[in-house]
Amino acid sequence: MKSKLLAASGVVAVAAAALTGCSSGPAEASCTNEILQPDATQVSVWAWYPAFEQVVDLFNENHDDVQICWTNAGQGNDEYTKFSTAIESGSGAPDVIMLESEVLSSFSIRDALVDLTKFGANDVKADYTEGAWKDVSSGDAVYAIPVDGGPMGMLYRKDILDQYGIAVPTTWDEFEAAAQALKDAGAPGVLADFPTNGRAYNQALFAQAGSVPFEYDNADPTSIGIDVNDDGSKKVLAYWDDLVKRGLVATDDAFTADYNTKLVDGSYAIYVAAAWGPGYLGGLSDADSDAEWKAAPVPQWDPANPVQINWGGSTFAVTSQAKDPEAAATVAKEVFGTEEAWKIGIEEAALFPLWKPILDSDYFRDLEYPFFGGQQINKDVFLDAAAGYTGFTFSPFQNYAYDQLTEELYAMVQGEKTSDAALDDLQTSLEQYAGEQGFTLK
Amino acid sequence: MPRPGPVPGRGTRIRPLLHQKAIPMTTHTALTAPAPAVPAASARGGRRQGGSRLEARRQRWGWLFVTPFLVVFALFLIFPLCYAFGMSLFTSTLATGTRFTGVDNYAKAFTDPLFLEGLLRVAAFAVVMIPAQLIVALAAALVLDTLATRLAKASRLLIFAPYAIPVVIGALMWSFLYSPGFGPSATLFDLVGLPAPDFLASGSIFGSLVNIVTWQWSGYYMVVIYAALRSIDPSVYEAARIDGANGWQTAMRIKVPMISSSMVMVITFALIGTLQFFTEPVVLRNIAQGAIDAAYTPNMYAYSLAFSYSQFNYASAIAFSLGILVFAGSYVFLFLTRKQSGLK
Repeated sequence: MKSKLLAASGVVAVAAAALTGCSSGPAEASCTNEILQPDATQVSVWAWYPAFEQVVDLFNENHDDVQICWTNAGQGNDEYTKFSTAIESGSGAPDVIMLESEVLSSFSIRDALVDLTKFGANDVKADYTEGAWKDVSSGDAVYAIPVDGGPMGMLYRKDILDQYGIAVPTTWDEFEAAAQALKDAGAPGVLADFPTNGRAYNQALFAQAGSVPFEYDNADPTSIGIDVNDDGSKKVLAYWDDLVKRGLVATDDAFTADYNTKLVDGSYAIYVAAAWGPGYLGGLSDADSDAEWKAAPVPQWDPANPVQINWGGSTFAVTSQAKDPEAAATVAKEVFGTEEAWKIGIEEAALFPLWKPILDSDYFRDLEYPFFGGQQINKDVFLDAAAGYTGFTFSPFQNYAYDQLTEELYAMVQGEKTSDAALDDLQTSLEQYAGEQGFTLK
Repeated sequence: MPRPGPVPGRGTRIRPLLHQKAIPMTTHTALTAPAPAVPAASARGGRRQGGSRLEARRQRWGWLFVTPFLVVFALFLIFPLCYAFGMSLFTSTLATGTRFTGVDNYAKAFTDPLFLEGLLRVAAFAVVMIPAQLIVALAAALVLDTLATRLAKASRLLIFAPYAIPVVIGALMWSFLYSPGFGPSATLFDLVGLPAPDFLASGSIFGSLVNIVTWQWSGYYMVVIYAALRSIDPSVYEAARIDGANGWQTAMRIKVPMISSSMVMVITFALIGTLQFFTEPVVLRNIAQGAIDAAYTPNMYAYSLAFSYSQFNYASAIAFSLGILVFAGSYVFLFLTRKQSGLK
């Protein structure tokens, strides 16, 4: 009888073990790609680049001592949420992670990222532009290796502008006049969209007029400067508020199914976009078959002193949970460190390289894009935009800052506040939040 | 209406059997003697001396059989709850690290305008959404109860069908129906020459959400109410008819009062669900970020705090505060309706 009881308890124990067993680390999850050298050090990587498996295979073929084990853990915020939870729980993060440069401070302040200067980051510094390198460094520390960038330009529907006899705007004044002309001509669509949830896009528009929203440096991690209601930002927002009030631009939320359709069905004649924009457009369905796209430089406030801006761009960082940080740093430095890898990245994934050997190459400069009717968009637009970019500092609570920005912009387009009040309120709420989070304001 | 107590004689029926056959420790007997019935029976029987050893063995078996449940319960409910409560007593900021602050987070939560606004909003949802669901469910159940045609069976299934659709899929589907570009509203309103309403504007999002929830849950509540209606003895209706009650009077004076305990249960489910409102607004937020902010409901606020702003400690405090309010709300409701539900 006793043995029966014991046996039964054994069954219970096994069942309990089986139930709890499933909680052991997702980091050991199987890879999406094939490992060619099973005995080599494996480095787990989270990334969501299109066509990334080919890049991983290329890396694994060329390395005997290190192999990448790649997982797509979701795009943008989906991945960050998982990563954030893994940091909090102390396990489950990958060795190397793809992060947009705007969230680097948010993770480095939580000690989630390894300072790569110890692992030879400065050896590859010369391979990147100054602006790109500034985006991944904070003080002396380097928290990631740049991969792709988002220098901004203006993509426009030549067929629509020609139809209504509108010249391609080069300044924001001309942009306004073009929007009015399109409306006066009775066009079914509008010139462009002003999405209240544009986040980094809206921030980039402000930056063009000289906005430096945050002053933050890891050398002094508990103090932060916040200046989101400066004159430049106020000028830009008042400009867009006026266009919205006059019905010259739409205020559709970005990145929704509706917005995606409107981007390509002629509802907007102009898409102020980053260099990854063409790739984004190319992946959308329901496009006008007779659409004729062209790229031009982003409109300027002062054509005599053009200011180039950037929207997005991503990096590879090594996480503090990396089992072998040195191998992980090798992966971060080298995965997009060959021309072959970049040809996949450019041609299959429509990425804009920040790696100078390919950025400065004739191949990239002269590349013709079928989507733009063979236009050499890099030579015409994006190379200049990338060269003029000087870097940007984001806050260590960027997600919160963006959510607040969206709320204020929405209140503005709803007519609840003026553009000035929206930015003043944003300043107040961010200062209050920074205080609650223990920062001292510079 | 008092619930029936333990069936008299249940223990006595089993006990002689055990003694007689002298196989006290096989799985068979353990299965036929449910653990809770045994102590009551033996205490009543007053045969403590003879039964105590046997009872101890039975207790042991009883515990063994509930162990898998207890392990899972402790591991996935009790432990996380305690852990979250522990977390809520600390404060962690980005710049200064973690320190113990006791109930400060709770004091902050109940003075936090975002949390309080969210609470007010779910309260407003409760006031509108629960009656809406209840009226639809009750009307459908009463109509279906009086019909006995094949159409009634089909309707029952169709009204129930939305509940079978996962909440996320249902909300996604509605987000397409509400979408000004893809949805049918533009075409439909064009037919009668009216401009299509914007279902996702800040003024109309409340109604749009009420609509989704009512669509999804009314069918489920209908089935619960319908089942209660079917269990009423038809002779009651006959008596009512003889007394001269018409159909409406039978429904309102006989049927509704007789199923009040089911109604209380349905309202309790709906109340808890509404206070924890989360999935539908989260899905719609993807296409209406301005109208639905990150702190639209208390649950969404807790989620954003934890996973978007990495304030796990304060998020735990918000979640616990909400849990306490949901518990208190359900308790007060069940206390107020104890007559109708038969809990008294």
